[in-house]
Amino acid sequence: MSAIARSRMASISKSRRGSDESPWARRSLIGIAMLFLAVFLVLPLVNVFVQAFGEGVGAYFKALGHPDTRAAVLLTLVVALCSVGLNLLFGLVASWCIAKFQFTGRTVLLTLIDLPFSVSPVVAGLLYIVLFGQQGILGPWLDDHDIHIVFALPGIILATIFVTFPFVARELIPLLEAQGTEQEQAALALGATGWQTYWRVTLPSVKWGLLYGVMLCNARAMGEFGAVSVVSSGITGRTDTIPLRVVKLDMGIADHAAAFAVASLLAFLALITLVLKTWLERRQTRELVLASSNSNEH
Amino acid sequence: MTLVYLSVIVLIPLGGLFFKVAQIDPREFWRLATNDLALSAYRVTFGSSFAAALINAVMGTLVAWVLARYQFPGRPIADALIDFPFALPTAVAGLTLASLFGPRGWLGSTLESIGIKVVLHPLGIVLALTFVGFPFVVRTLQPVIDQLEVEAEEAAALMGAGRWYTFRRVIAPALLPAMLTGFAMAFARAVGEYGSVIFVAGNKAYESQIAPVLIVSYLEQYEYGGAMTVAVVLLLLSLVLLLTVNVLERWSSRFLR
Repeated sequence: MSAIARSRMASISKSRRGSDESPWARRSLIGIAMLFLAVFLVLPLVNVFVQAFGEGVGAYFKALGHPDTRAAVLLTLVVALCSVGLNLLFGLVASWCIAKFQFTGRTVLLTLIDLPFSVSPVVAGLLYIVLFGQQGILGPWLDDHDIHIVFALPGIILATIFVTFPFVARELIPLLEAQGTEQEQAALALGATGWQTYWRVTLPSVKWGLLYGVMLCNARAMGEFGAVSVVSSGITGRTDTIPLRVVKLDMGIADHAAAFAVASLLAFLALITLVLKTWLERRQTRELVLASSNSNEH
Repeated sequence: MTLVYLSVIVLIPLGGLFFKVAQIDPREFWRLATNDLALSAYRVTFGSSFAAALINAVMGTLVAWVLARYQFPGRPIADALIDFPFALPTAVAGLTLASLFGPRGWLGSTLESIGIKVVLHPLGIVLALTFVGFPFVVRTLQPVIDQLEVEAEEAAALMGAGRWYTFRRVIAPALLPAMLTGFAMAFARAVGEYGSVIFVAGNKAYESQIAPVLIVSYLEQYEYGGAMTVAVVLLLLSLVLLLTVNVLERWSSRFLR
């Protein structure tokens, strides 16, 4: 976000020049781009809501009120709360270590944090089956002690943590790096404790980035399908999250309107995430502009 | 603490997979990794990912250029919408694309009347992968276009270069590293994609089955050996792609100041 915010700042202060294509070329480029966005982004979004309400508002709310759907919503909330909470904690610690200290293995750590972005969600789910499944490495031992991890709630949470854990750390690292350590050293020199410095100096200046990271993490956690479907036992009403419920409604019992009704919850979440993101970016850009105009005055 | 958490979530499970795979007889591993079923799955995966990433590289560049350089009504909304595929869960994306491009969908019915079948056809895979990978190219290119030196373009124009000539000789070379980075990111994302593809592909073995779907079908038959083998192949490939993206990013960041 910071790179985009900064480049936006640049474009505000520079005023857009260099666009001396003929008006005809400009208009057709804009036209092609907007047509592509309309077909690929707008239509799929509108389609979700049209199909969801296709059989009337009554059917829509009936589909949402179904006990199995309500159970799926509840499970999704629990999973998201656990995985976002843990990843937030990890993201704060990891980003602070990586941004403020130089140590051996720093690059390795960074690569490891990025890894879940490029690992297929299905492979992520498989990793936990290999470790905790009945034929897995720890399977027999877990069985003896009657602990269930995969095909149960802990497995779903673990798989969700895996696919969502880069978001907070990735969002914070560039911001903390840009911040430098001068202000913190000043605070420490003035007698603040390390904790006070972090809480009062370090964290407030990255709060928008942090919020954005948490939001992305949450959107992904609630919507994760591939990894969760592999580690879930798929018992309707017990281990189905919202995305699993959508797929089951659509492919299992072929109730398309109900599938779209449940899917519209996730599409709505995606829309809220986008609106919040745009709002946060505006805020951050404004703060950057203010900060730079202040420093210009001095 | 960071290390403990990373170990529990990433390192131990990864190690576990390689530990288990090492116990498979090497000849059996080779057979599972290179049988016709696996080979056709790689071919479908890489072929459609490549096609999707290519479409994204071209259209993404065009959209990024339009958003970065032109002012027009609706620009802020279009800009905010770019991230929609990031925010929308893949299962929902698959669901709505399958309905939209399906035989009774708004677009599918038109396409089918001119003989183009998208859903339950390999073309559907490309469609879904294009959707999920779309934001990468635009978001990689936007800051680069914003920071291009307009002076260079003006100089080229002053020296009598046409706009198209300037684009090819001045603008395109500066954008190329970022385009490649975006392409590699979209490709990497597409290779692992599962949720959206199952709706639009027929998932027929040898024809429209991508590698992640093959893993799941192995799992459903309790054939863990096959699942783990294909997973290791995919995992190694993701690592290579991750390194490629890192190298490309470092290369393209030299063009950013």
